[in-house]
Amino acid sequence: MIDLRGRHLISPNDLDLREISSIMSLAQSMQQNLSSYASLCRGKILATLFYEPSTRTKLSFESAMLRMGGNILGFSDASTTAVSKGESIADTIRVLDSYADIVVMRHPKEGAPKLAAQYSRVPLINGGDGGHQHPTQTLTDLLTIHMYLGRTTHLKVAFCGDLKYGRTVHSLIETLARYPGATFYLISPEELRLPPRLKEHLEQHSDCALIECRRMEEALPAVDILYMTRIQKERFFNEADYLRLKNSYVLDSEKLAQAKAGMLVMHPLPRVNEIAYEIDADPRAVYFRQAELGVYARMSLMAHLLGVDGL
Amino acid sequence: MIEVAAIKKGTVIDHIAAGQGLWIFNKLNLGQLGHPVVLLMNVPSKRLGKKDIIKIENYTDVDTAMLGLIGSSITVNIIENEHVVDKVPVFIPDEVRGLFSCGNPRCVTNSDAYVIPLFHLHDARSLAYVCEYCEEITKVAWK
Ligand SMILES: [Zn+2]
Repeated sequence: MIDLRGRHLISPNDLDLREISSIMSLAQSMQQNLSSYASLCRGKILATLFYEPSTRTKLSFESAMLRMGGNILGFSDASTTAVSKGESIADTIRVLDSYADIVVMRHPKEGAPKLAAQYSRVPLINGGDGGHQHPTQTLTDLLTIHMYLGRTTHLKVAFCGDLKYGRTVHSLIETLARYPGATFYLISPEELRLPPRLKEHLEQHSDCALIECRRMEEALPAVDILYMTRIQKERFFNEADYLRLKNSYVLDSEKLAQAKAGMLVMHPLPRVNEIAYEIDADPRAVYFRQAELGVYARMSLMAHLLGVDGL
Repeated sequence: MIEVAAIKKGTVIDHIAAGQGLWIFNKLNLGQLGHPVVLLMNVPSKRLGKKDIIKIENYTDVDTAMLGLIGSSITVNIIENEHVVDKVPVFIPDEVRGLFSCGNPRCVTNSDAYVIPLFHLHDARSLAYVCEYCEEITKVAWK
């Protein structure tokens, strides 16, 4: 296990590929042998500082700590807590970091966890900051890919839906592009294409190939993974475009029939209607398993950052 | 033309694009320095057509990072005994702390009073800076 004791995790880029691989392999053995890690974090406390509600992420972190025998405290909505409005995050964290051994922070303001980490004496994990980063979602996605496909290199991955505002997509693309031989198929309406700056960054800093498509059918037969995202109605410029386009980005069994037998269908959840319910029973649909694997990814991450003994 | 006496000792910020002198004067807090300062505006210039000039007596510690952001035409001359003894290079700074705010309204630096905005140069030609916190790009646009 690689030593990550005392480190913060604000962006997936804070981890190099060896460190990610160490987190993946511990997560995998945690998944295979959960009970042997049941007292790994005995006596440790996780503080969950959620300045905006996100039940799934919070529960996933809490479950991860409880499964390792640790304890949890925290809040899930800053307006109902002692965290007063107008207090700097720096002041808040300098008080709260004495209550816990590790902290996860979710905040609507972009960069807030980075600011907090500058003042925190204990490891701080970004649990999502506005539209910016959500690194444990990326680790969860990587673990899912690693477990099902056995590799994170030379992947052909289609991303479908809102590629403009979807931070999960941005983080995952950026991270997968660090592995050799990635090909990305970008399927989205004109208005919701991948931001030019991210495309430019990928073209300059990785060997990945980018293929833009307008229809799912163009990519489906070729890819190893189809990563679906939700398109929010309000992202469209007008109602007519929304109605015209929305079904182009919905996965149903007719479209899925064109995909490879071993392809994975992934989704960060919650879904609305972009994956038809009929897909759920298909063995390629791994989105619910993804949520489960998120707990192991977070367990392994916290065990690394805490540098707990006995591994 | 108005005559302004040369200073014996201090700093002359020259070749400021016309109209930016007052802004620099305010941004560098020159009125609060306690030293004699003159601001000349719309002075005829061979290079610029018109330019602004700032002369500060008995003071040489000018923030050149700030000046570098404003324009590459600016020159900073250090004066002693009425002669230029040093020309301080003015360049576009790689790192900028606190001189402008992040253009991203969702950025923590725009809502948290404690944090001083910090930027790293992304593209010198367009004066584009990446925010240390939200990683969005802000293009510095004066005027
Ligand atoms: Zn910012």
